Amino acid sequence: MKAMRLPPHVMLLLPAVILLAAVILFPLLLSLWSSFTPFRLTRPDSVWQFVGLRNYTRLAGDADFWVAFGRTVLLLTLALNLEMLFGLGLALLVERASRGQRVLRTILMFPMMFSPVLVGFQFKFMFNDNVGLVNNALQSLGLTDQAIPWLIDGKLAFIAILTAEIWSSTAVFAIFILAGLMAMPRDPLEAARVDGCTPWQTFRYVTWPFLMPFAFIAMTIRSLDVARAYDIITIMTDGGPAGRTEVLWTLIARTAYSDARMGIANAMAYVAILLSIAFTAIFFRQLAKARAQVAADW
Amino acid sequence: MANLTFDALEKSYGGYHAVKGIDLDVRDGEFVALVGPSGCGKSTTLRMIAGLEEISGGEIRIADKRVNDLPPRDRNISMVFQSYALYPHMTVRENMGFTLKIAGCSKAEIDEAALNAARVLEIEPLLDRRPAQLSGGQRQRVAMGRAIVRDPDVFLFDEPLSNLDAKLRGQMRTEIKRLHARLGTTIVYVTHDQVEAMTLADRIVIMKEGRIEQVGTPDQVFNHPATQFVAGFIGSPPMNMVPAKVAGGALWFEDGTELPLPAAFEELSDGHEVIFGLRPDDIYPEGHGLDAGTGDIVNLQLTVDLSEPLGNETLLFIRFAGAEWTARMLNPRNVARGERLNFRIDMARVHLFDAATGCSLGRQ
Ligand SMILES: Nc1ncnc2c1ncn2[C@@H]1O[C@H](COP(=O)(O)OP(=O)(O)OP(=O)(O)O)[C@@H](O)[C@H]1O
Ligand SMILES: [Mg+2]
Repeated sequence: MKAMRLPPHVMLLLPAVILLAAVILFPLLLSLWSSFTPFRLTRPDSVWQFVGLRNYTRLAGDADFWVAFGRTVLLLTLALNLEMLFGLGLALLVERASRGQRVLRTILMFPMMFSPVLVGFQFKFMFNDNVGLVNNALQSLGLTDQAIPWLIDGKLAFIAILTAEIWSSTAVFAIFILAGLMAMPRDPLEAARVDGCTPWQTFRYVTWPFLMPFAFIAMTIRSLDVARAYDIITIMTDGGPAGRTEVLWTLIARTAYSDARMGIANAMAYVAILLSIAFTAIFFRQLAKARAQVAADW
Repeated sequence: MANLTFDALEKSYGGYHAVKGIDLDVRDGEFVALVGPSGCGKSTTLRMIAGLEEISGGEIRIADKRVNDLPPRDRNISMVFQSYALYPHMTVRENMGFTLKIAGCSKAEIDEAALNAARVLEIEPLLDRRPAQLSGGQRQRVAMGRAIVRDPDVFLFDEPLSNLDAKLRGQMRTEIKRLHARLGTTIVYVTHDQVEAMTLADRIVIMKEGRIEQVGTPDQVFNHPATQFVAGFIGSPPMNMVPAKVAGGALWFEDGTELPLPAAFEELSDGHEVIFGLRPDDIYPEGHGLDAGTGDIVNLQLTVDLSEPLGNETLLFIRFAGAEWTARMLNPRNVARGERLNFRIDMARVHLFDAATGCSLGRQ
């Protein structure tokens, strides 16, 4: 009998393929499958009970879910755009600095070095209505004499979370855009000045088109890891009080682990993934377009 | 249109003094060429006119108005950059129309101006390409186009033809001359190609190490160079220059060769150390020169080391007075290596420079 032998390239790739299948493909498929079941952690055998799209149809009619969904989209949109704006501003400022640019660049990266959990704690403390820095400062400045319930009022808590999120991730944009600024050729800027541009026009017509691809790379990367805002939100408000700051990720985690309803949580997770893919796809398209414009120079 | 004045213009980069006091008056509508070796401060001067470089000392006036503190956009100048400086994300059409767009012209005007410029520069087929898709020469023409779509007070050109092949360069040279004739705009034109400078400019400014060596018409700088540097810089092939000493009404070279002192220099005292300068046109094999017929001719039997036939003329390299000389042979015939020929030197066209200062000793 002749033993079947795999060709060498398949043999060599096999360990990697098996490993990837075990740690990524298998959980992915399992969670996809379980989103079609009424799987509850307390009743393990329910994972074999196929119910078709019941979880998804139930989600479609679930107001809480859609509110969280809308809030997530809003948070993503605001956070990414503001981060880009602030990042751009920071990068332009740092690029202007004639001395100590290296130090500034390093300082710029500090927020990225903090774990999101720490950021959450830090901002939870700052926005605390009794002992927080923000209220303290506002009161000392005489702007208010009340203890503003930053983390309790739904809108204010959203702002607080947004602030924390922006603080921790603006650096990503700043760094990418700064890299773009430093790679940018100087002489088109000079040409623009001779061609009659005001500083603003120079930025608008020459600098920004060149930086756009860098900004979109940052956007794409951020849209992939923005779900990490979960840590910050969990620490600061945990989606509460009473679901006022619930976003998809906190809702999913609560449904899956507190309520132990794994099936429907996985269905939510797949909707969240689709959302994330949509954002990434949009930015990727923009990136491709911006790159085509600056063309084969890089 | 405007005149342009430099008044003791200076530029230093940190401790480095790049331009060391330039005085110059460019008349309204004049075409001035700035020439000089690499690093002598030509681009720096041009950039100061444009307002891209801070002025460290002195003053620039455009149309009698001090512009030292005006930003580039308020100076009404057009510039062609040595490095093209095209906008990478814009098409050729957009590149050329950009300045008009900023000025608020209508789309139709912009398109027409861009098309006109493209026609003059023969880049019509490239209008929709981006700079990255162009060759060096094409980019240079786009850079030219970007400057000529406007009607500025002053045109600034920084070596605008340096990357073109010989034929195209000739064409563009003519085109620039035509442009100047048509618009009559003041032009400051930096080049290291002296043919360009000689053919285009009303006046040539020769710079060296941040200073002006001489300002003059092409005829003045060619026939009456003020210094040894100018004499060596203008003219191709360069002037032959050999150290010599005046003694007893004659010029003595280091190897003991003697030539009579030309009449124009008779008052030079004995012992004066000079540099003897003679253009290749003024030393030629008998019957193959310009033969201006000044009468002051010296005949010499010399051996040809090497010859370079150029078609309409041949350059001959000969050893004389302890140096290698270049001679120009018009209506050439084949010359064998080592052939002895009867050379004629036109003594009336000899230049003498002070060996110590490099300044010309007469014939101004
Ligand atoms: N930004 C700068 N910082 C310091 N030195 C500079 C700077 N720009 C130019 N220089 C120096 O100033 C001098 C004049 O430079 P410039 O560019 O004007 O030369 P150029 O005459 O245009 O030469 P080329 O023919 O090579 O273009 C050079 O020695 C150069 O090294
Ligand atoms: Mg230069």
